[in-house]
Amino acid sequence: MNLETMTALELGAAIRKGEISAVEAAKFSLAQIEKYDKKFYCFVTVQDDVLQRAEEVQKKISSGEYTSPLAGVPMGIKDNMCQKGIQTSCGSRMLYNFRPTYSATAVEEIMNAGAVPLGKLNMDEFAMGSTSETSWFGATKNPWNTACVPGGSSGGSAAAVAAGECFYSLGSDTGGSIRQPASFCGVTGIKPTYGSVSRFGLVAYASSLDQIGPLAHNAADCAAVLAEIMKQDKKDNTSVATKGVDLNAVLNTDVKGMKIGIPTDFFGEGLDKEVAETIEAAAWQLEAMGATVEKFDMPIVKYAIPAYYIIASAEASSNLSRYDGMKYGYRAENVNDLLELYTKSRSEGFGMEVKRRIMLGCFVLSSGYYDAYYRKALQAKALIKSAFDKAFEKYDLILGPVAPTTALKIGENLSDPLKMYLGDIYTVMINLAGLPAASVPCGFDAKGMPIGMHLIGHYFDETKILGAAHAYQQVTDWHRRRPTELDKI
Amino acid sequence: MYNAKVWETVMGLEVHVELATKTKIFCSCTTEFGGEPNTHCCPICTGMPGVLPSLNKAVVEYATKAGLALNCEITRYNKFDRKNYFYPDLPKAYQISQLYLPICRNGGIEIEAEDGGRKVIGIHEIHMEEDAGKLVHDPSTNSTMVDYNRCGVPLIEIVSEPDFRSANEVIRYLEKLKAILQYIGVSDCKMQEGSLRADVNLSVRPVGSDTFGTRTEMKNMNSFKAIMRAIQYEANRQVEVMEHGGEVMQETRRWDDNMGASFAMRSKEDAQDYKYFPEPDLIPIEISEETIEQTKKSLPELPEEKTRRYVNELGLSEYDASQLTGSKALVDLFEQNLAAGYPAKEIANWIMGEVMHLLSDSGKEPEDMAFDYGYLGSLIGMVQKNEITRNTAKKVFKAVFEEGCDPVQYVEQHNLKTVTDTGAVKAVIEEVVAANQKSVDEYKSGKEKALQYLIGQSMRALRGKADPQTVTAILKEILG
Repeated sequence: MNLETMTALELGAAIRKGEISAVEAAKFSLAQIEKYDKKFYCFVTVQDDVLQRAEEVQKKISSGEYTSPLAGVPMGIKDNMCQKGIQTSCGSRMLYNFRPTYSATAVEEIMNAGAVPLGKLNMDEFAMGSTSETSWFGATKNPWNTACVPGGSSGGSAAAVAAGECFYSLGSDTGGSIRQPASFCGVTGIKPTYGSVSRFGLVAYASSLDQIGPLAHNAADCAAVLAEIMKQDKKDNTSVATKGVDLNAVLNTDVKGMKIGIPTDFFGEGLDKEVAETIEAAAWQLEAMGATVEKFDMPIVKYAIPAYYIIASAEASSNLSRYDGMKYGYRAENVNDLLELYTKSRSEGFGMEVKRRIMLGCFVLSSGYYDAYYRKALQAKALIKSAFDKAFEKYDLILGPVAPTTALKIGENLSDPLKMYLGDIYTVMINLAGLPAASVPCGFDAKGMPIGMHLIGHYFDETKILGAAHAYQQVTDWHRRRPTELDKI
Repeated sequence: MYNAKVWETVMGLEVHVELATKTKIFCSCTTEFGGEPNTHCCPICTGMPGVLPSLNKAVVEYATKAGLALNCEITRYNKFDRKNYFYPDLPKAYQISQLYLPICRNGGIEIEAEDGGRKVIGIHEIHMEEDAGKLVHDPSTNSTMVDYNRCGVPLIEIVSEPDFRSANEVIRYLEKLKAILQYIGVSDCKMQEGSLRADVNLSVRPVGSDTFGTRTEMKNMNSFKAIMRAIQYEANRQVEVMEHGGEVMQETRRWDDNMGASFAMRSKEDAQDYKYFPEPDLIPIEISEETIEQTKKSLPELPEEKTRRYVNELGLSEYDASQLTGSKALVDLFEQNLAAGYPAKEIANWIMGEVMHLLSDSGKEPEDMAFDYGYLGSLIGMVQKNEITRNTAKKVFKAVFEEGCDPVQYVEQHNLKTVTDTGAVKAVIEEVVAANQKSVDEYKSGKEKALQYLIGQSMRALRGKADPQTVTAILKEILG
């Protein structure tokens, strides 16, 4: 049994069959972390109770209490999801010592399915960034090339799966934070429909856009995770009842007859030529499998970036106001009055990118500017949503690139935020529309860095997206490739 | 006091009312007043990272009820907004409130105007929001601590139009508002506990002017009396500023009841930009026509209807009826005893007399009456059955009012029952007559005053257990 090449579902099946115990699987993952994480820095926290948890889970599998196909499989959780008693830092000095007394609903759901959490995964501070470099704890490295970023903000979640440190992970996606790192690290990740996974316990960045989702080696694993966490939650007012994800339907999907649309506007200026060619090749592959592929125009795309940064920053400026040094987390020393306690704690507790977005958000919400920015952005959001609604009258899925480039060099974008923001061009519009979308490995550039294709579905069509991705993964092996860096360690 | 022939005061009120729901607006913590600091809170109402609000539907019901009782239009499609500001008593650093689409608009209630006529005070809007915590200063350590128990208690803010022209109108409006809200059961409206708080926006202008002057907003008045004083103080202050050629500054002022003065808290320049935007964590609330109709039907009889019924059906005077119906507690006291079969007029007389008297002496509000309302009926019953005299009953009621004791037991324990056995009364009086031969002689020689003395002595000996008429009759009989 080669655990290094196993998927989460394969491992889950082996555990259920008794070929390997949950404890042995956990020991394997802990050893992988020991071996690789010094180099990649995926985990902010490794839990000290992993083996106890694995033992407990094994007992419950043996007794028939845990029946999920994922029971006993070691996994990781992005550090912006609360887990009772475990440090939840959001990659920020502001929450360096914060241990919640409650768990996120998604964490509870996956625990109820018998997950064995290994620890908390690194991320851009408060999920703001596309490189995982803005974490106060240090940057995560791309397992395919440690000189490159893993993408972000769920960089730890993507890199840990790519490096084989865990079998799947939970990430969050506000403007591409699951899909872009999945693309950069050569793993499969999906952001489900807004409202389909509870946000309770997910530390908010932009409440109207945030959504939890899985990252794993393939589409089937993602479907299995989603099947456990896509549940309506009365603790999240914006969560909705869905038909969930049907793992069997995913495994038996045939793309024959599916109509796939490709927006020509996704292939404009700024898109790397190698990425464009690889995505086109993926489209041909799907066509070869029986899907109809067609190009169409979607000019609204150009409003996505400004609308996203206005809405996300506005909500963030309000969501992050609670970190004021008063109740928990970082508090500045040697202050003379209340105002100084606020300003010093926040100046010292937050990093550059977070401060930039808070200031942007405060600006667009300030009196006199609200109508010019925030209200306009909401209008753009509504237009983007209706453009997609219209496209989905015609197409089952929309296909395009996840990111305009492959993984960038560490430090390359940090000094140029605008360039970094433009890198989110294909992903942010999906969050604005609230649609589900996956990143599916579909090739490599000449430097050997992975490329992901963007499969976008209509509301609650997660089964269709992951089904098509699974069918694609039955005839391609991009998702099975493992980083060559691993062999050097 | 400024010259009312020259200056006119214009006021509008912002009244915050804590709703009497069992649990808070966005979590399941209790709304109960008091409690050890930070024992009525949870991760949600203390705004811990990652938590989300779940709307307590009862809050929408209560707010709708209040809106309908105050003659408002109900907004069918409601949203919440965030009001952002930093303060330690606000753990999320934003208050979930309603700016763009408040639940109620365009209402009003009728009050008695200064000229004795009727006048409608317009209600601009009512919106739902959450209360903040409380800062507690600890002088022993010279530090300030936060108590989050009140955080997330549901509030409605009732914003009036600038329709008030005198402090009396303000008080009448507040009394009526309070009575209505108590009637419909949406709030206990206890000012001392902060469940009803009124901020007064006030400006002055020359009589006859149709433009408004620059207004100030006054906060921190904890009683109707304080509101009255604060209004008088502020109107005088503004007139004085204007008469000295000055300009009134737009500012928020804090009333200090001990000093009898208000002090500027912050000026317009310091006014915060609350950066309102739609609350993304809560989906819009739709209130159906059907719900509104049902709520309308569920409203109890309101003060005006009740007053009419008390006058027309129970024969109370217009004045008594309107006084009674001005307070939910008095209405409850009245109706509970009426239902127990005591005569309406008798109960009303007791309330208008003894109850009002004791309330005003003790400085208590009707809702602070802590005794079992049925005790008033027991007393009335004892008087009706001649078990105690009316005077005794008044004394007993004072004890009931102050200590909450059961009047039947009290009369028993203090041996206050009227002596109905005339033989026993006669025996006592005979003793008095025997001991006061001088007065007996004087009476017999025609001195009427001597009889009164003997009555007094007899009453004293009987400790008030017999009424004067009986005593007089027996005395005359003995003296021949």
